[in-house]
Amino acid sequence: MIVASPKSITELKKIIADHKKVLFVGCGTCVTVCLAGGEREVGIASYAMRMARKLDRSPIEIRQVTIERQCENEFIKDLAGPAAEVEAIVSFGCGAGVQAIAERFPAIPVYAGLNTQFLGVLEEQAIWTEKCLGCGDCMLAQFGGICPVTRCAKRLLNGPCGGSLESRCEVDSDRPCAWQLIYSRLKSIGQLDRLEEIIPPKDWSHAWYCGARKVVRKEHQVK
Amino acid sequence: MMQLEKEQTAWTPEIIAFCCNYCGFAAADLAGIQRMQYSAGLRIVHMPCTGKIEMEYILDAFERGVDGVLVVGCLEGGCHFMEGNLRARKRTERVCLILDEIGLGSERLKMVNVSDAMAPEFVQHVQEIVSTVTALGPSPLKPSENKESAGES
Ligand code: SF4
Ligand code: SF4
Repeated sequence: MIVASPKSITELKKIIADHKKVLFVGCGTCVTVCLAGGEREVGIASYAMRMARKLDRSPIEIRQVTIERQCENEFIKDLAGPAAEVEAIVSFGCGAGVQAIAERFPAIPVYAGLNTQFLGVLEEQAIWTEKCLGCGDCMLAQFGGICPVTRCAKRLLNGPCGGSLESRCEVDSDRPCAWQLIYSRLKSIGQLDRLEEIIPPKDWSHAWYCGARKVVRKEHQVK
Repeated sequence: MMQLEKEQTAWTPEIIAFCCNYCGFAAADLAGIQRMQYSAGLRIVHMPCTGKIEMEYILDAFERGVDGVLVVGCLEGGCHFMEGNLRARKRTERVCLILDEIGLGSERLKMVNVSDAMAPEFVQHVQEIVSTVTALGPSPLKPSENKESAGES
């Protein structure tokens, strides 16, 4: 899922300082699960913002709506009514959600309420870790299902750097050495021979570095 | 005591105490049975467990202009639902951060732990937050029509 974290109230207050009537929009999918931009977080941010602005003697009126997914027009259209009554929108979706809403309402300022972080998983309650960069050319089969592109700090594709200490990465001991994980995993699934193969430099042309990408699946298109 | 009475005549802070059923509320109940005296500005909200206290409940109380909030749970390790009071403490701490960030001040919010037999301690915690909040003055978020009756000039 997409993992995000809330912007501080101080930053958000500065972003919407000029507006007196604002719509806070939550998203019911990834950012609800990562406790950043669902109905509850939007509620907390609204309370904090209303109180902050009242203390500044510049009260603000906030409407709150949480839609199922901000990255689909089908759901965004539910915002048409509430959006017509406000000066600005703060989207508590990921960056894609913010932009999808902005495209749908060209005449209304739309701001991001979250900092979108990464594609990751929930490790335990309230802890998420990054697992995939979305490189567009997945190499997981080669590495026993552990992504060195994302999880090795040096993105090494042909074995470890040699700096790991007790299985932790030398760049940050808070995370495991991806290559230690790859080795253990390949060993346990009986595929250590994969490590014999020399991996050529990765083809990054499928990745973001060439600009925003597009996926078209003709077989599912209706027109 | 005289001093406290004098201050209370001038302005009694409005404090909400979210009390869990098994300890906080029982201690408050015992304090009542024993006719212990504490601030008349305290309003008790009876919760099944402090773990049920959403951050929004506390924020809502402050937005409505209460002067202080006390969260009263069981002693750590003594929660009837194992860890409701531990979760409540983390949530209370998060709300404290928000109160500091927006400039209302985290001193107006406090979580304490008591057992059902600790009526004197309950009263002491109440009087402590009353005196902290009295020193801070009425909440600046109090609806303006109440300000005069609250003694704010
Ligand atoms: S190889 Fe690319 S697509 Fe596969 S997990 Fe790693 S970053 Fe994601
Ligand atoms: S210690 Fe492991 S994860 Fe860290 S940079 Fe070296 S090989 Fe990559």
